[in-house]
Amino acid sequence: MYRRYPGCEVPDFTVRLFAARPWRRIVRPSVTIGGDFMLPDAAPLPLAHGLLAAEMGMNLQMALGQRRYLLLHASAVERDGRALLMTGESGAGKSTLSALLGERGWRFMGDEFALIDCDSGFVHPFPRLVSLKNQAIALFDGAVEAERFGPLMRDTPKGDIRHLRPTEDAIARMDEPAKPALLLFPRFGHMEDVREIGQAEVFVRLTQASTNYVAMGEPGFDALATLVRTVPVRAVDYPNTKCAIASVEKLWTELAA
Amino acid sequence: MTEFVYRADPPDSRSVVALDGVALIFHRPSGLTHIVAPPALQILEALEEGDADPAGLLDRLKRDYDFDEDADLAAALDARLAELETAGLVWRP
Repeated sequence: MYRRYPGCEVPDFTVRLFAARPWRRIVRPSVTIGGDFMLPDAAPLPLAHGLLAAEMGMNLQMALGQRRYLLLHASAVERDGRALLMTGESGAGKSTLSALLGERGWRFMGDEFALIDCDSGFVHPFPRLVSLKNQAIALFDGAVEAERFGPLMRDTPKGDIRHLRPTEDAIARMDEPAKPALLLFPRFGHMEDVREIGQAEVFVRLTQASTNYVAMGEPGFDALATLVRTVPVRAVDYPNTKCAIASVEKLWTELAA
Repeated sequence: MTEFVYRADPPDSRSVVALDGVALIFHRPSGLTHIVAPPALQILEALEEGDADPAGLLDRLKRDYDFDEDADLAAALDARLAELETAGLVWRP
């Protein structure tokens, strides 16, 4: 799944997947997630869910070890050099929406972490595999090349999961940052609605969405305050992805274009 | 009875950003972020003139701001000072 990604001489982090006990290679084969940063009580995953374990391992290293950027648990897409950020609780649809937009003329920048440069305020891409969950998997069936899909993993701790490799363009341009131009809080499964949110509430929600806000100190405070004061924000409720895409395009035209 | 005086860190110990009616304060000595509503920031600014007991602090605030004469300002100020003390933004030396 990652063979088309550029290599690097010095990696930022190391992820290790290993059998917690030798017999776990044979009896109910399972992998434990390790690396530079570890959660000591993390439960092993079945070997069949190994790709999920690898992705979780990478997320763990970023969440616990990243100090270069302010990390927001958000997806990001780019158009004309400007970025749309989407954040919200798990299941809100930020991952699915970013992947759908990434197939509709936007550049996919990442579905898990938005990396904010504290000096420039720009978002840096982190276009890892898209983690499609449950109903979102079917949305891409037949719509993208089959070789971009990973194995379908059923009954993981997060439900059914299938990974999707981003487009060649998203991978080729993974070192191109973009200026944030719109921040959305999407919410799936509700009547269509768009609401403004007060800046103070946005600030609090983004501190909660950041895994390293406290560790980043004052540069993180400055970057987040600047983001909140300069970027338009809306909460977007949507009953289905068609409505969501239409809302996003409309808001982008009204507020960011 | 001797009343306590309150003290706050100097202005350069904090970074303040105003956001729709509240203030974000990054408190450099602790590395903590606080979100405060008026008059918390105004109290911290009044303490920039030096330590003050609640009565002296109230005099400074009355000098700089208009208040409702009927309000129990002393009780309100005590409550706000207690909150700021809990947050670590003021203390009694």
